[in-house]
Amino acid sequence: MAVDVATGAASIRAPRPTASLLEQTLAVGRRSVVRTSRQRALLIFPMVFPLILFAINGSALSAATKIPKFPTDNYRDFLIAMPFIQGAMFVSITAGVDLARDIESGFMNRLAMTPLRGEALLVGQLGGALVLGVIQSIVYLLVGLATGVTLVSGVGGALVLLILSVLISFGFASLGGLLALRFGTGEAVQGIFPLLFVTLFLSSSSLPRNLIKADWFREVATYNPVSYLLESIRSLVITGWDAQALILGFGFATVLLVVSLAFSQAAMRSRLARR
Amino acid sequence: MSRFFNVARGVAWRSIHNTLVNPAILVPSIVFPLFFLIAFAGGLSRISDVPNFHYPPGYTSFQFVFVFLQSAAFGGVFTGFAVARDFDSGFARRLMLSAPRRSGIIAGYALGALMRWALTGTVVTIAAVIAGMNVYGSPAQLIGLLGLGIAMNAVAVLWACGVAMFLRTEQAGALIQMPVFILLFLAPVYVPITLLEGWIHDVARLNPVTAVLEAGRGLLAGSPVKVALAFSGLLVAGLIMGTFARLGLASAEKAG
Amino acid sequence: MSTQPAIEIEQLVREFKKGPRAVDGIDLAVSPGEIYGFLGPNGAGKSTTVLMLTTLLPPTSGRASVGGYDIVRQGAQVRATIGAALQEAALDAILTGREHLMLQGTLQGLPSGERKRRTDALLQRVGLTEAADRRVGGYSGGMKRRLDLALALVHSPRILFLDEPTTGLDPQSRSALWEEVARLARDEGMTVFLTTQYLEEADVLADRIGIIDHGHIVAEGTPARLKAEIGRPTVEVTPTEPESGARLAELLSGFGEMRHNGNGSVTVQLPGGEAELAEIVRILDRAGLHVQTLQLHQPSLDDVFLAKTGRKLEGAGDAESAAAPAEGGGRGRRRRGR
Repeated sequence: MAVDVATGAASIRAPRPTASLLEQTLAVGRRSVVRTSRQRALLIFPMVFPLILFAINGSALSAATKIPKFPTDNYRDFLIAMPFIQGAMFVSITAGVDLARDIESGFMNRLAMTPLRGEALLVGQLGGALVLGVIQSIVYLLVGLATGVTLVSGVGGALVLLILSVLISFGFASLGGLLALRFGTGEAVQGIFPLLFVTLFLSSSSLPRNLIKADWFREVATYNPVSYLLESIRSLVITGWDAQALILGFGFATVLLVVSLAFSQAAMRSRLARR
Repeated sequence: MSRFFNVARGVAWRSIHNTLVNPAILVPSIVFPLFFLIAFAGGLSRISDVPNFHYPPGYTSFQFVFVFLQSAAFGGVFTGFAVARDFDSGFARRLMLSAPRRSGIIAGYALGALMRWALTGTVVTIAAVIAGMNVYGSPAQLIGLLGLGIAMNAVAVLWACGVAMFLRTEQAGALIQMPVFILLFLAPVYVPITLLEGWIHDVARLNPVTAVLEAGRGLLAGSPVKVALAFSGLLVAGLIMGTFARLGLASAEKAG
Repeated sequence: MSTQPAIEIEQLVREFKKGPRAVDGIDLAVSPGEIYGFLGPNGAGKSTTVLMLTTLLPPTSGRASVGGYDIVRQGAQVRATIGAALQEAALDAILTGREHLMLQGTLQGLPSGERKRRTDALLQRVGLTEAADRRVGGYSGGMKRRLDLALALVHSPRILFLDEPTTGLDPQSRSALWEEVARLARDEGMTVFLTTQYLEEADVLADRIGIIDHGHIVAEGTPARLKAEIGRPTVEVTPTEPESGARLAELLSGFGEMRHNGNGSVTVQLPGGEAELAEIVRILDRAGLHVQTLQLHQPSLDDVFLAKTGRKLEGAGDAESAAAPAEGGGRGRRRRGR
């Protein structure tokens, strides 16, 4: 500290150098992961609920394999894609509610008063959700394999499936973050969840698109990007290496991620209103 | 007795009023059942092509019964959420202080749940008719179906009230909802029980909701089955859940 | 070395959509090392001013500099120079106190070793060492405020913003926080911009006070000068024997305006300030007149606010009775030494 001995007044020092973007991102990310790991309900429910539905629907709809031209004899092979997407949607809500809580409590203001860069805050905040997405993906795959699901694409396909699933989770987490930044409250984020749920069911989640009888439903499912996310995962299980399905799946997941992050950046800037 | 009804009427009025003036509560309670009807009857209609799938009125009618009864059950569940919120906000304490006959509070919540479901059930029925649902049952049989819905709603709301009053926090929501959800989905939702295979067939056979669902489908199809069993089961469940809710109220009274 | 003002504001305005101007053209300057008390009722514009100075809210017009940096054009530099404990403690209930400090240290760019040292030192300074590894969700209100202050100090800022730091605290926690703030200014030369609605807090802590009401600064100066502007202190003397009342009045007639209170008691104004109290005691002693009570009454900041705005400061009565339980009723108050 510099003090003017004559006047007793303290002088004003120049600011110290700030942490790098990576350090900042990791610091915020670490906090996000710690928070997520300490909220058991957040870990368990989003992981367990899709598996419950998988168990129930996997048996309850097993008769569907008797529909002519159904692509597999084992309905679970068809259905296994569902938990990955459902889990990703739960991750979205987790990420969004966490960020909204920081906004509502004023913790975001606290972070905003540090040299923390907006990009680090945005990506770091999603860290916990991302780790959750990774754990969920592994669990779903293992449960699927344990209940008789067979990956035609083999070990390589399993790895690609995990990468794709994590990308989808990250995309949905970014969407949750965007909703939080845009609306600023946990209630608003949770209010959007039913809409996500709707997009999941108005897709090829339960039957292949070509076997959906109702024309309007089939049209909706065809235009619904969630169908392609499901079908890309499913292709690794049932078909093997389907380039088109994989390109569409990775493509839509990437678009979701990029668009959500881009809009989140803008929403972050407007919310922080820093100069 | 009049004090009981006064309390019940007051609580029911508030429950219905709060639903009608609050779109955030009203809209989901109508939209979700509609959505299930669309997703199941629309998206899964090909299931009726499965060999040995036999339900004369068709798949839309098949799914309508499930959605109708599910909306009744969830009408009760959503009321439980409101009860839990009342405890969290402290309003429940106000009710307990003001009500001379506190058992009327439970009756009021149940009445409110029934009124809310009346709205939802009507909307779902109209939507199913518009979607081409076939109705083969007689008016008396359709009244029987309505009776199943009312009983389902009552059992669910008593369960939900009981849990909410024991736990007295909004966090009780998941515990209220999950057992009802799982019980409903461990019944023959998508296909008749004869087409279920494996463990789910065994569970569905033992699941009391299966009898209710089959009775409802039979009534709509004009070929009633297991109606007495379904109503008996619901009556027993109602008595059990009524006791549970009363015990929950006692627990809340003791906690102050 | 620079001796420019630590905080300088010129015609700062903040307008909200469909609302009145929360801050309506204020000017002030705070010297380095000074504790500046920003006093006003709820809704006066105190917190809005702080949000602007800490770059969390852009001003509608006007300019301000903090630490020599413009709040609009040099926000990042401002933030690096300041620490702030805002009205909401804004803590993460799931993290521990230590984790909060480590995170703050990382984000402020402290190297790893220094971060740990600083964390330990601050935890000790604010008395949270034992609770450091407990989750903040289990902290009391006072503990949260102390952690909030520690977080504001992690990067050793030169300028500290405290927005109603003792609201909701018990008297003991409040006193402890006052002592720490006074120490920061005294021993570390920190500039402190403190907003409060508690008169006692401003009176005790601040070198200078700005009183804000409806977005305007209505008075500014040292506590003593502000009070002196309004009136002089008075002393109320009650003799042991009521019959001595006339003698008492005669002895004190050389001072200011006098009022007879009945039962021989008189209240006399001290034109020369409270220093004249010693002279009164000497006079009474020389005359051998025994007194039952002798009470000094100072004009309060509430009197200042009343004079300037025509209203009493909201909550001032509650704050005074909460902060001064040992002094009995009324306005009699001993000034705390600084």
